[in-house]
Amino acid sequence: MTLSVTLTVNGVRRDVTLEDPRVTLLDLLRERLDLVGTKKGCDRGQCGACTVLVDGRRINSCLALAASLDGADVMTIEGLAKGDALDPVQAAFIAHDGFQCGFCTPGQIMSAVGLINEAEAGDDPERIREGMSGNLCRCGAHAGIVEAVLEAQKKLEQRRVA
Amino acid sequence: MNLFDYFRPSSTAEAVAAASEPGAAYLAAGTNLLDLMKTGAKRPGRLVDITRLPGLDRIEQMPDGAIRIGAMVRNADLARDKDFAAAYPAVAEALLSGASAQLRNAATVGGNLMQHTRCAYFQDPASACNRRAPGTGCDAIGGENRTHAVLGWSDACIATHPSDFSVPLVALDAMVEIEGLDGPREVALDDFHRLPGETPERETVLAPGELVTALRLPAESRAFSANQRYLKLRERTSFAFALVSAMAALDIEDGTIRAARLALGGVAAKPWRARAAEALLVGQSPGIAIFEEAARAALADAMPSGQNAFKIELARRTASRVLLLAAAGAPERMPALPASTFGTTPGALSYV
Amino acid sequence: MSDSLAFPTSHARMGSSSGQPLTRLDGHLKVTGTATYAADNHPQNMAHAVIAVSSIARGRVTSLDVAAAMAHPGVIEVITPANCPPLALDPDQKHGLFGFRFDALQNDRVRYAKQPIAVVVAETLEAATEGARLLAPTYDVEPARMGFDDGEHYDPPAVGIGAPPSFAKGDLAAGHAAATRSVDTTYETPAQYHNAMEPHAMVAEWNGDHLTIDSPNQAIVMSRALFAGYFGIPPENVLLRSPFLGGGFGSKAIMNGPYILTILAARMLQRPVKMVLSRDQMFGPVGHRGATQQHLRLGMDAEGRLTALEHNAVSTTSSFDDFIEPAANASHNIYASPAISTRHGAVRIDTGTPGPMRAPGEASGSAALECAIDEAALACGLDPLEFRLLNYAETDPATGRPFSSKALRECYAEGAKAFGWAGRPLAPRQMQDDEGRLIGWGMGTAMFPCPMFPASARATLRSDGTALVETAGADMGQGAWTALAQIAADGLGLEVERVEFRSGISDLPDAGVAGGSGHTASAGTALHNAGTEAIAKLTEIATADPASPLFGAGNAGVEARNGRLYHRGDETRSESYAEIMARAGMASLEGNGTGTRDPKDAEELAMYSHGAVFAEVKVDPDLCQVLVTRLVGAFAAGHVINPRLARSQLYGGMIWGVSFALHEEAVHDRRSGRPLNADLAGYHIPVHADIPAMQALLVEEDDPYVNVLGVKGVGEIGVTGTVGAIANAIWHATGIRSHRFPIRIEDLIG
Repeated sequence: MTLSVTLTVNGVRRDVTLEDPRVTLLDLLRERLDLVGTKKGCDRGQCGACTVLVDGRRINSCLALAASLDGADVMTIEGLAKGDALDPVQAAFIAHDGFQCGFCTPGQIMSAVGLINEAEAGDDPERIREGMSGNLCRCGAHAGIVEAVLEAQKKLEQRRVA
Repeated sequence: MNLFDYFRPSSTAEAVAAASEPGAAYLAAGTNLLDLMKTGAKRPGRLVDITRLPGLDRIEQMPDGAIRIGAMVRNADLARDKDFAAAYPAVAEALLSGASAQLRNAATVGGNLMQHTRCAYFQDPASACNRRAPGTGCDAIGGENRTHAVLGWSDACIATHPSDFSVPLVALDAMVEIEGLDGPREVALDDFHRLPGETPERETVLAPGELVTALRLPAESRAFSANQRYLKLRERTSFAFALVSAMAALDIEDGTIRAARLALGGVAAKPWRARAAEALLVGQSPGIAIFEEAARAALADAMPSGQNAFKIELARRTASRVLLLAAAGAPERMPALPASTFGTTPGALSYV
Repeated sequence: MSDSLAFPTSHARMGSSSGQPLTRLDGHLKVTGTATYAADNHPQNMAHAVIAVSSIARGRVTSLDVAAAMAHPGVIEVITPANCPPLALDPDQKHGLFGFRFDALQNDRVRYAKQPIAVVVAETLEAATEGARLLAPTYDVEPARMGFDDGEHYDPPAVGIGAPPSFAKGDLAAGHAAATRSVDTTYETPAQYHNAMEPHAMVAEWNGDHLTIDSPNQAIVMSRALFAGYFGIPPENVLLRSPFLGGGFGSKAIMNGPYILTILAARMLQRPVKMVLSRDQMFGPVGHRGATQQHLRLGMDAEGRLTALEHNAVSTTSSFDDFIEPAANASHNIYASPAISTRHGAVRIDTGTPGPMRAPGEASGSAALECAIDEAALACGLDPLEFRLLNYAETDPATGRPFSSKALRECYAEGAKAFGWAGRPLAPRQMQDDEGRLIGWGMGTAMFPCPMFPASARATLRSDGTALVETAGADMGQGAWTALAQIAADGLGLEVERVEFRSGISDLPDAGVAGGSGHTASAGTALHNAGTEAIAKLTEIATADPASPLFGAGNAGVEARNGRLYHRGDETRSESYAEIMARAGMASLEGNGTGTRDPKDAEELAMYSHGAVFAEVKVDPDLCQVLVTRLVGAFAAGHVINPRLARSQLYGGMIWGVSFALHEEAVHDRRSGRPLNADLAGYHIPVHADIPAMQALLVEEDDPYVNVLGVKGVGEIGVTGTVGAIANAIWHATGIRSHRFPIRIEDLIG
C-alpha cells in the first residue's frame, strides 16, 4: 500500500510518498530524507540515540511509525544550529567534552533540548541525570553531559530572564 | 516486521469495526507494539491507528468527583497535570518511574495497560511460550526466571505484567472504560488483566475489537491524596523495569488508619491488589509492626516460580517500606528520582 | 566523507599544543550530526543487506525458506551456503596477529546462537529485514554446552593475544607456609558484550577488482590487508574509510563474518551494499568478554606483608577458537610478594569467540584481585590503603625490573586526600546517611601496561608555512583526531591551527591498532618523529644556505617554534619555514617517522600506568539497592597530551567499572544457548542516574623511557581498580562480601 505523509522537518515541509507502511520515523529520516545525523543504536527505544523532537517533545524516532505522524513538526540535530551559530546545548557539549565517540550525541543533545523545554529539572544535577536517563552512553561521557546540560540550562534561563 | 495494512479510522465506531477483523491490532504510540513487531513476537496483519480519534486525549473532572483519563493521554502529560498530580501523587510518581522521558512523552495511558510482559521467552519467537503461541509450552519454567512471577502464576506461564502505572491504579479502584462492537462497557482494573491459568494468551478481558477508551478513578479515591507513595526496586537507578514495586495509600484520621490500599507490581501477570493486607491495617495506628504484618499478609500466598525466591522477601520488605513512606506523607515535590529508594524525602526512613 | 580535519582558529592557549586542554577537533561535526559514521553513507543504487542469524547454539541448518524470502516485495537476493561463493582465505583458519576464525556461509554448521546463516539483500531495509525473518530456518539441533560445568575444560596454550598461560616466581609453598594469615577466595565474572553505541556497520562497493569500504575499524591498515586477503586482491585495491567509530572497545579491531558477507553480497550483485547489525546481533559474531571463575590464595606475615600471591582463573571461550581472558595476569605487577603464581584454564562453550574488550584480563582480574586484597587487609586488621602501601612494589614483582616511572604512591595520597579517606572506620556497617542508608567506602589499585604497536606517519611541510600530517589513525571516541594533531603540531614546531591532519583512511601510513591504550603513544610517536625529520631536513637546508640567517648554526644549534627556525644562541637570527623553502625552491618537504620505543628500555624496564580509585556507595539497609554516590580516581600515566580528553577517558573507564560492578551480565538460556537479554533494556549498562559525582585527578609523572613523548595511556586503566573499589565499598556498607559480579539485590538481601 502507498501512503502519503506530510511532515515539517527542521522547518521545511516534506511531502513523502511511502511505498511501505513499516517505515519508522527514524528510517524515514536516515534512509529516505538523507538526514543521517539521527542515529540508530538499538532500534527499540532502549538507548535514546534516535531522539528527535516531534511537535516540540522528545521521543524515540525508532518506535514511531512515520505514517502515524502525518502532519507533525519534526526537529532533528541538523535543525538545531542557526546557521553557523551553535545552539547553547551544542556549544556546551563541546566545552564540557560531553561526548567521546559522538554516536549517542545527537540523541543526547536533542534529549537535553527537550529536557530544558520541559522546565522540570532546573539546575538540579540529580533531576538532570534522571531526566537524561533515556539516553545511554557507552563511552562514559556522563559527567561532561550533565555539566553541559547544566550550563546550557543556565544560559537559556538567563536569556529568558533578559 | 511483517507487511500490514495501515488504517486510520475517523471515529471510535469505525476503529472498533476495523479492529474486530482477525489479525488486526490497535496502534497508539506504538512504543510496545512496534517493538514486539520488530522482534517478531507480534505480527498483526492490520494496524488500526487510533492516535487521531477525537475525544480520547482529555483529562476530565466528572460531576460525581471522579476523574476520567482518556486512553490517548500521554503518560508524561498525565504525570505533569498539576491537579491530577496533586490528587494522585503516587500515580504521577509511578508514571515518572517508568521507562524514559522520551517513551513517556509518546506512550499512552491506554497503551500502558495493554503492554505485554517483558519475559524474554515471550519476546523471542524461537522460544516456547504459551502466552505468545498457545500450546507451545513455557521455556521460562526451568529457564532463566529470576525476575519472574511469585504470585498468581501457573504451570502454563510465570510471566509478570510490567506496568508501573497500573499498580497505583488498581489500588485506587480504577475502572476501565471499553468500547466494543456491542457498545460501551466498563470493568474494574483489578478484573481487566487475567492471571494465566491454562490460557495465558488471554491477557485481558477484552474481546476482539474492544478498545480501551478511558480510565476512571472514583471520587472515593481522593481520600488518599495526602498519604500515598509508589516504590520501585530495579537493577539500575532509572530506565529499568521493576524487579518488584509497591503502592500504598492510607486514609489516616486522628492517628488511625480509616482505609488502606496496597498493591504490588512485578510479582504477577497483573497488578496485584493485596486486600488481605489492607483489611489488617484498617483501624490500626500507623507503625512498623502493623506494616510488617500487612506486608507478610500481602505475600502470604507467594511461591517462587524458579530462581526467584528472593523476590518474595524483597516484595515483603518493599510493601512494608512503602506503607511507611505513605504514612510519612506524599512529598511536597516529586522526588528527583521518582519511586526510587534513593529518592525518598529526608527523614522518611527513620519514620516511626 | 571527511578524512581531513583542521583545527578551528579559536583555541586560545599558550606555548606548545601538547598538554593543552583543547576541545575536540571533531567537536563541531559531532554536535551538529555531520560527523559521518559508516551507516550514514548512502551511495547511488545502494541495496540493504540484513544478516539472518541462528536461533540455536549448536547443530546444522537443515532448511531455509529462500522462496518465501525471495517472494517478499523488494527482496533481490538471498545468500546461503548453497550459493555462497568460496573465499580466497579460509575463514575457519587464523590469519594475522589478530586473526580469529569466523563463519561466513561456507557450510551449514552452527556453532553459536546469533551466528550468520544467510544474508538477505533488498531494495529497502524493511524488505531485507522481513526477508531474513521469512527464511524460517529449521535445524538439526545438538545440545548446547553453556556453563562452566557443561563445557570441555582444557589447558590453553596461550591467553589474551599470545601471552603465556601461567607464571611462577619464588617458592609458593614456602610463601604459604610462612604466612600467619591467609585468604582463600573465589570470584566469578559474567560474559559481557562490548555494545558500542554504534552497531557494526559496513557499506561496501566494488569497482572492478577495487573495493571501497566504509566501516568502523580500530586497525585500519591491518584490516585493509585482511579484507583484501579474503577476496584475493592486493591490499592497495582496498580503500577502507573509518573517520569516526561510534565506539569500539576492542570489538572493531577484529574481522567478523557479517563484514565479509556484506562485501560478498556487493560483489555478487555488483551494487553497493549496506549492512548494519541489529542490536541483538551484537551478542553473536562480534566478540565479547568471556566469563571467568577466579580463585585467589593470599598468604600474609604477622605485619601484613604478602608472602604468597596465587591467582588462578578459568575463562570461557568458543568451541572453535581461543581467546582466554588473561584475568590472573592482573596479579603479576601490582603487589610485592616473594612468591607469585598464576595459571589459566579454559572451557569451551557454544558461544561466539570472546575477544579483547576494554581492559581484557585486567578488568576481570583486577575486580577479583582488589576484592581479595581487601579481604587480606581485613584478615590482618589493617586499613585497605595501609595494606596496599605495606605491599607497595618498588620494582616489578614479576620480573624484578625497575619501573620506567611509577607515581602510584602519589596517586594513593592525592586520591585519598580528595576523597577524604582518612578516618574511615575499619569495621563494616559503621556509617549511614540522614535517611538511614548504609554508607561504605572502598578502594582499589588501578594499573595498566603501556604497549606500543608498530606505527608510521608522514609530515609534509608546505611552502605556505602550513603542514599536512598523515597517519591512518582511528578515533573511536578517545580523541585521536585531536591529541594526535597536537603531537604532530609540536613535532613540526607549528601552531596546531596550521596543521591539516589526515587520518581514518587506509591509504595513509599505518597507525597501528587503536587498542591496548597504546594508540596515542604509538601513532603519536610516529607523528612526532615524522615532524622532527621534516624539521631536521629543513634545518639542514637553512644552515647550509649562506643566504639564511641560520647559516652555519648546525642542526643542534637550531630550534623550531611557531613556524620558524631560531638560532639557539641568538634569538634575533630566525627564519620562517616558508622563507627557507621558497629560497630552496621547494613546494613541499616530507618527513617520515615510526612509533617505537628504545628496545633497550623496553627490555630492561617495566612500563605501566598506575592509579588509585576510591568509591562511596549507599545501600538501602532493607531493600539492598545500591547507588555509587562518589568516585575519585587519581592516575599517573606519564605525560598527558590533552587533559580535557584524558579526563574523559578516565571517567569512561571508571564508568565501565560501575557497569562491571553493578550492571552488566549477558544471560544465556542454558538449554538453547540463546542470549536472553540481547538488547539494551535487558543488558544493563549504567544510565545517567547511576553515575555519581566523579573526579579524575591527573598525577604528574615524568617518564623519559616509555617513549620520546613520555606518553603512557589512559583508555583502559580506569576500569581497573574501580570494580574492586565499588565491591569493597559495598562490603564496607553492608558487611556482605559478594563473590560474583554484577552485585545484585539478591546477593545482599540475605
